[in-house]
Amino acid sequence: MEGLTLSDAEQKYYSDLFSYCDIESTKKVVVNGRVLELFRAAQLPNDVVLQIMELCGATRLGYFGRSQFYIALKLVAVAQSGFPLRVESINTVKDLPLPRFVASKNEQEPRPAASYSSDSENQGSYSGGVIPPPPGRGQVKKGSVSHDAVQPRPSADQQEPASPVVSPQQSPPTSPHTWRKHNRHPSGGNGERPLAGPGPFWSPFADSQSGSAAGDAVWAGHSPPPPQENWVSFADTPPTSTLLSMHPASVQDQTTVRTVASATTANEIRRQSSSYDDPWKITDEQRQYYVNQFKTIQPDLNGFIPGSAAKEFFTKSKLPILELSHIWELSDFDKDGALTLDEFCAAFHLVVARKNGYDLPEKLPESLMPKLIDLEDSADVGDQPGEVGYSGSPAEAPPSKSPSMPSLNQTWPELNQSSEQWETFSERSSSSQTLTQFDSNIAPADPDTAIVHPVPIRMTPSKIHMQEMELKRTGSDLTNPTSPLLVKPPDLSEENKINSSVKFPSGNTVDGYSSSDSFTSDPEQIGSSVTRQRSHSGTSPDNTAPPPPPPRPQPSHSRSSSLDMNRTFAVTTGQQQAGVVAHPPAVPPRPQPSQAPGPSVHRPVDADGLITHTSTSPQQIPEQPNFADFSQFEVFAASNVTEEQDGDAEKHPEVLLVEKASDPASSLRVAKTDSKIEDKTAASAPANMSKGTTPLAPPPKPVRRRLKSEDELRPDVDEHTQKTGVLAAVLASQPSIPRSVGKDKKAIQASIRRNKETNTVLARLNSELQQQLKDVLEERISLEVQLEQLRPFSHL
Amino acid sequence: MAMCIVVIAKENYPLYIRSTPTEYTLKFYYMVHTSLDVVDEISAMGKALVYQRELYLGLFYPTEDYKVYGYMTSSKVKFVMVVDSSNTALIFQKLHNSYTDVMCNPFYNPGDRIQSRAFDNTVTLMMIQVC
Repeated sequence: MEGLTLSDAEQKYYSDLFSYCDIESTKKVVVNGRVLELFRAAQLPNDVVLQIMELCGATRLGYFGRSQFYIALKLVAVAQSGFPLRVESINTVKDLPLPRFVASKNEQEPRPAASYSSDSENQGSYSGGVIPPPPGRGQVKKGSVSHDAVQPRPSADQQEPASPVVSPQQSPPTSPHTWRKHNRHPSGGNGERPLAGPGPFWSPFADSQSGSAAGDAVWAGHSPPPPQENWVSFADTPPTSTLLSMHPASVQDQTTVRTVASATTANEIRRQSSSYDDPWKITDEQRQYYVNQFKTIQPDLNGFIPGSAAKEFFTKSKLPILELSHIWELSDFDKDGALTLDEFCAAFHLVVARKNGYDLPEKLPESLMPKLIDLEDSADVGDQPGEVGYSGSPAEAPPSKSPSMPSLNQTWPELNQSSEQWETFSERSSSSQTLTQFDSNIAPADPDTAIVHPVPIRMTPSKIHMQEMELKRTGSDLTNPTSPLLVKPPDLSEENKINSSVKFPSGNTVDGYSSSDSFTSDPEQIGSSVTRQRSHSGTSPDNTAPPPPPPRPQPSHSRSSSLDMNRTFAVTTGQQQAGVVAHPPAVPPRPQPSQAPGPSVHRPVDADGLITHTSTSPQQIPEQPNFADFSQFEVFAASNVTEEQDGDAEKHPEVLLVEKASDPASSLRVAKTDSKIEDKTAASAPANMSKGTTPLAPPPKPVRRRLKSEDELRPDVDEHTQKTGVLAAVLASQPSIPRSVGKDKKAIQASIRRNKETNTVLARLNSELQQQLKDVLEERISLEVQLEQLRPFSHL
Repeated sequence: MAMCIVVIAKENYPLYIRSTPTEYTLKFYYMVHTSLDVVDEISAMGKALVYQRELYLGLFYPTEDYKVYGYMTSSKVKFVMVVDSSNTALIFQKLHNSYTDVMCNPFYNPGDRIQSRAFDNTVTLMMIQVC
């Protein structure tokens, strides 16, 4: 084979033809069938064709490679120009016109029949009796004709038990049919089509294809064009010069076709003329068919067809996987692995087109693009220049919409994605947790652990639950093992102690003193006390008042609110409150305030059962020498607290508010102070064991344990009463809400406001105390480590 | 401005090879092969390779000014690229996106050669940009 020099036009044209023949998309070898078709369309005598084939080496090789194909085309041109066929004539003959391929009319008649049969063979579902479009059908648009033509088909198709994918090939109007028809007609009439360029060649190409497909055994293996040439096809216009666009040519054909008068073709012409500029348009009939098919897979028309189902479905079309893959790429607009209705219709349409012999476009035709959400059935894009696109589905929009369409199409995937994102967002928002109030009244599974699993508690304000909430909130402070606040408030008696102890540090260095003690105190005790308290609060929320926040040292009080609260509640424990600065934030249950010499360790423990443990804690307090300082104040506080505790005890059974004002006030103060102290002592911890107390590293531990055990032994009743008292106190501190039945709305609202303020304050205190507890726990851990280190020496 | 892009599957066989037409192709294949060893090295180190990772292997041939970059996805699919420019992160990101699009195609069986035209287009775009 000599080297073949092709001009640019030739090169382009040949490559187009080659691509057309290369239905296998191998890019190397063209199917013989197509080539033969093409050659037949060249209207050359068969012997000439054979000679050409021989010359180009195809017969030798057995297939048409690209070079062979090009040579053959050149030889065709040579032959058509009348030059003798010679190998050297390939390059010698200059200025050869491009080879012309025209479908011969003679082949038309046999073709349809043959194509019917061949198609039925190839596609298996083609019914031989494809209903030719009734001539009477007016050609409204090409869609309409095909519509009519399709109608008989779908009924037949749907009866087909075979793969539904195949049947659509019958029903949807196949553009190639009309296309070819047009070609045939003009060829029949003129014998030649105006060769405007490579485009028109497509049409005869197709015609020749369909024709030859019928009778050519070689074609048996290929997917011949639709057999029913009577079917009005989509493509009215032959493809333009674009590589794969066969449709623009149909446009040209159409114009020429129109001149051809023929009964059968008249309709087609009319049909084609209406849709000449949108070969990829999906007709109503087609769309309906697609929709029905979609429903078989996905009943919800707004839903998606998953990729696997779509794969299965389209595999039935027996197209090569590569082509199906390409079709998927084109049609899955949003690249989500699923097909919407529009995407499915586009894919289906492409499958049909491909089955009918159309090459797949490189880009999705505009008319096949999934419609934007808000442009459903309203946006119909005309042909893009060079891009063959069926105008959109049912609605026929003027081509003027095309400019808007691309932008819409571009935004569509974004919208689609964003809508998907919205879906996810909505899911997220629904699942996202808003701020929830946790019920820290839940008893930890392990009393030794000071960490309580937070549980959201009801925040809905309601009179019924108001009190509960109040109790819970304040109780949460008390029961939260992470905050010494929990321990302290309920235990007013302890509060006194606490106050004393707190005062002490407050006097000196609020920061760390009591808190350090509390930190070093036994968290287990804290936990236990908290446990008890919590259990109480959990069991009898109505009765147990949430322990008020530990009283905070006023001078060292960093939180004005709690300070105010302290002042608010510090009715009775004036000086004591002042001293209650370094209320250890540690949570170990504090001995009841009545236990004057109670170590700070007890304080947190007592806070739990501030009131109840008063009686017991004092016994333990003296056991902790390190808490001597605290004990001093504890005694002091205990006395006060005891007094308060007694008062509380008496008042516990009664949910009186005013009477317990002092108690909750003091308890709150104590709690707040404790929390404050905790915060301050958190950092300094043992260092802030002022008052001469040495770091309580080793001693607190055994003390804590003892306390803890004692705490555990404390009757729950005490806690209960304590909590009740505290809760009542808290309630008392606030204008009665649930009890003020007789009060007017304003008072209730005022009380509500106050309660809310208290809630916020308590919540803040709670958080602070929790933080302090964490610090305390850390300290504890470190201290325990130290203890372990010192242990060998302690035995000495 | 030679540039090659290779997509390597988890089992270290190529899924997609594309290179600018030079005689460099064979050399590149060899380099990619050796770079796989480096990839395994780094992945064995346990570093987080889930997101973009640049495997800068430096100049292989002082005479030929190009660098080999590597990128591994979470599914152990590697992209190896021989480029001259240094905006590899962006290129890898685009490659990764294209690759995921290919993966989304139900007709694509993981492990097959990548024959997606869209992917081809993306790679071509990359090569044009770099070159």
